[in-house]
Amino acid sequence: MSDHRHDSPPSPYHSTHRTAERNKELARRVERIESLLIGKGIVAKDALDKLVDIYENDLGPMNGAKVVARAWVDAAFKRRLLDNATAAVAELGFGGLQGEHMVVVENTPKIHNVVVCTLCSCYPWPVLGLPPTWYKDAAYRSRVVIDPRSVLAEFGTSLANDVEVRVWDSSAEVRYLVLPERPAGTDNLSESELAKLVDRDAMIGVANVSAP
Amino acid sequence: MNGIHDMGGMTCFGPIRRENNEPIFHADWERRVFAMNLAAFAFLGPADRARHAIERMDPVEYLTTSYYEHWLAALVTMAKDLGYVTDEEMDSGRVAAKKETPNPPPDAVMVEGLVRGGMPATRDAGGLMPAFKVGDTVRARNVEITGHTRLARYVRGKVGVIKMHHGSHVFPDTVAHDRGENAQPLYTVRFEARELWGDNVERRDCVYFDLWEDYLEHSQRKVSRP
Repeated sequence: MSDHRHDSPPSPYHSTHRTAERNKELARRVERIESLLIGKGIVAKDALDKLVDIYENDLGPMNGAKVVARAWVDAAFKRRLLDNATAAVAELGFGGLQGEHMVVVENTPKIHNVVVCTLCSCYPWPVLGLPPTWYKDAAYRSRVVIDPRSVLAEFGTSLANDVEVRVWDSSAEVRYLVLPERPAGTDNLSESELAKLVDRDAMIGVANVSAP
Repeated sequence: MNGIHDMGGMTCFGPIRRENNEPIFHADWERRVFAMNLAAFAFLGPADRARHAIERMDPVEYLTTSYYEHWLAALVTMAKDLGYVTDEEMDSGRVAAKKETPNPPPDAVMVEGLVRGGMPATRDAGGLMPAFKVGDTVRARNVEITGHTRLARYVRGKVGVIKMHHGSHVFPDTVAHDRGENAQPLYTVRFEARELWGDNVERRDCVYFDLWEDYLEHSQRKVSRP
């Protein structure tokens, strides 16, 4: 995976390009607002700490990877997943905020799915955690709907011309997860070994899963 | 509204900038902004109100600030609009006058319940029959909407085919503005690339876009697949 930071101009909206001074200014401002909202009885400090803990430690692509691996080894689960993803994902103990209405879309040799939210940053939090910065940036949101193949190529994903690209723009409260194709040569792997192969980008649909 | 946030189909923002092993938050203030927006849900209201607060940012500021700065802007805008805080208090960080709140703020147990339980957008249809069914050819209305909407510019006036019906969902255009939930059928509509981007487009690609019933009308014109 190449890192574009070195061959593209600095971007003020990218967190890695924010100056230390700007970070300090924001930190001071946010501290004042937090103490104000606590003083007003709008938020409680223990609730803020709890939320940070959940989203930093409990939720992330490791959850979605378990869903994908289960679908690869269990045909009945896969049918349930494609039929009613919210219920099937709940069988593995995942669900909740930003995953209330899940739809799983399956990649096949002829169909490649990729997910975006052009209007903001909608993303299936219970199974993927919080989105990476690039998912929320203008470059991805603007271009993947009109030119998905060049976006996929930037992620190292090239598709044959006869493959149909389906871009899912999450414009409502439905949250989409891509079920990638199981790579060839993985017949001997266990469900947990398979889960380790599945990363975030494959479940957004910008990449495929490779064999180990 | 036709805001800068409505970016689908623009082509001038350069390469995708990825960060290897990206942390979930890049600074402690990002953690606090994220958590405050969620923890204050009982006072600030629906997600669509927060989205609309971001959409109303100055477009230049929107493009030149980072993601959690957008969330910070939304938090400040909503807290001020709803009368919980003033600019002076925001600058000082000290409470000048306290607005009566009906309930104490959600504690750690309550926010964990929110995260695990979620906030479903579906509502009982109350016997209302959907106007469209899977397979129908529909046109996304071409209408001027001055407030919050999820009817993105790039699908307005375009013809597609209904692929899914998700039951009745709360309607963003009204709930963001305190005009009621107005729950109505939500559909996923498939639009061919050529229909969206131009007659000269040959790509075998398409976009699936979720649209509420009020955004749709029947279409006599059909669009064939490439």
